[in-house]
Amino acid sequence: MTLPSPSRPFAEVSEVSMYYGGAHGTLALEDVTMNIGHGEIVAVVGPSGCGKSTLMRLMSGLWLPTEGGVIIDGREVDRPLSVVGMAFQNPTLLPWRTILQNVMLPLEVADEHRGRLRKHRAEYTAKAHELLKLVGLASFEDRLPHQLSGGMQQRASLCRALIHDPKLLMLDEPFAALDIFTREDLWAVLENVCLVYKPTVVLVTHDLREAVYLADRVLVMSARPGRIIAERTVPFERPRRREDTLSPAFSAMVQELRDLIDLARHSVAGVPEHVS
Amino acid sequence: MSVELILPRQQSPDVAAARAKARLIRDRQRVLAIRRRKRLETALPWLIIIAFVALWELFVRALGIAEFVLPAPSTVVRSMIRWYEPLLLNAGVTLLTTSIGFAAAIVVGLVMGVALGSSTLIYRGVYPLLIAFNSVPKVAVVPVLVLWFGVNSIPAIITAFVISVFPIVVNVATGIATIEPEQRDVLRALGARTTDIVMKVGLPRAMPYFFASLKIAITVAFVGSITAETVASESGIGHLMIVASSRFDVPLVFAGLIVTGIMGVAMYAVAAVIENHTTKWATRGQDNF
Repeated sequence: MTLPSPSRPFAEVSEVSMYYGGAHGTLALEDVTMNIGHGEIVAVVGPSGCGKSTLMRLMSGLWLPTEGGVIIDGREVDRPLSVVGMAFQNPTLLPWRTILQNVMLPLEVADEHRGRLRKHRAEYTAKAHELLKLVGLASFEDRLPHQLSGGMQQRASLCRALIHDPKLLMLDEPFAALDIFTREDLWAVLENVCLVYKPTVVLVTHDLREAVYLADRVLVMSARPGRIIAERTVPFERPRRREDTLSPAFSAMVQELRDLIDLARHSVAGVPEHVS
Repeated sequence: MSVELILPRQQSPDVAAARAKARLIRDRQRVLAIRRRKRLETALPWLIIIAFVALWELFVRALGIAEFVLPAPSTVVRSMIRWYEPLLLNAGVTLLTTSIGFAAAIVVGLVMGVALGSSTLIYRGVYPLLIAFNSVPKVAVVPVLVLWFGVNSIPAIITAFVISVFPIVVNVATGIATIEPEQRDVLRALGARTTDIVMKVGLPRAMPYFFASLKIAITVAFVGSITAETVASESGIGHLMIVASSRFDVPLVFAGLIVTGIMGVAMYAVAAVIENHTTKWATRGQDNF
């Protein structure tokens, strides 16, 4: 039993390897080690198929690593922990529930809330109202998902990921299916939400501008089997502004990450050591 | 940043008024066109039935086909009026046996569908046997059922049940088994149990599949019960048709067929109405105007 202590990082991924299809199957992740601090926003970027989503599933306890271990908030992850909120590229809202009902769904299944929901419904509903207002969906609570645009559905999906006050927010390419204008709007929405609720965030993305705009730190993964080959700290002040994305420093950072990804795509496993 | 926008052109008031008027006329024409189309849609099934019956009548009369080969619709109607009492009585029996078998199929089909859909193990284990059962021609089983239960309504109920349970099981199982993996992950990451996922996501999303299967199941349920009645029974519309054909009363056989068709359509309509009221979310976009 490991105990939480203020000095240790919020999430520790230690020497994690993951094989698909048993110990002799495909190696998806190789010896990944990373630490994430409390309230930190970390973006994981890498070429497609590099195991970014695998890493996310391991951290949320949906899968267990073949080797190594994950500790979240002082607890060894050996099954799904409900301290996690997730959102994906696909908003995955239930089409028969209104937006408000969709947002409240996690409360009906997460262990620490399901027993309290009936008695404290008003309090929880107020929380949902607050979240929906924060992302600009206040007047759409009673609509069904198909009556909303893709960007609005993704906002609702974000609220659903946050309703149970998760300590860890896992976002798997949440804005990849949206057009560039909507996407940039949602960057600001997400940052705003993070500044209010201060969850620790792992953002998996292949959009390098998105990574630099949103993250405190960017981790670059190699092609399969995925390893972390570089790490960059983003120096820009918060809250970030759209003008920042036009600054030379921003472009330079994106360009550098782009070069690292190219390196990652063309390297054979094991060749490039930590470039940083 | 200085941005120059292209502003909308200013229209003179009379041009704007003229355009508004034109728009109004266009709108009215559009509404009328939609109404005409709606009327046609509701009338069309009836028109086609009437045309079909008229062609049938013409065909029989023109070729002078004998009554015991193919009776004209007018002959069938006369027979229906003459024999309306036994027709109604036996139709009632068939409707009852079919409904009982069908109701049992709904309950068992839902339970089995949920079990098969939520567990790969059960699915893999049970499915081959289920397919084997479904491949057996029901007509071959009826004599055995009669041996077990005697000449009464029970073989008809069982046949209706057996034949209609399969589409329900398969559809419900499919609906539950095809939950999007990400949807499942969102809930599982929160510590949701399999029963949570089935109740919150699986069953609601299986409902459109379930109602679609009911529409198939209700029609085949009639096939099942009437098949059983024709093999061995003392009542029911199938029994009536067998008796009629043994007396070469072909118009009465056709009268029985038509009554069966009407019952099938009526039950289908009931299933469709229930479907429309319970799973509106699944037919979005089809209810404009």
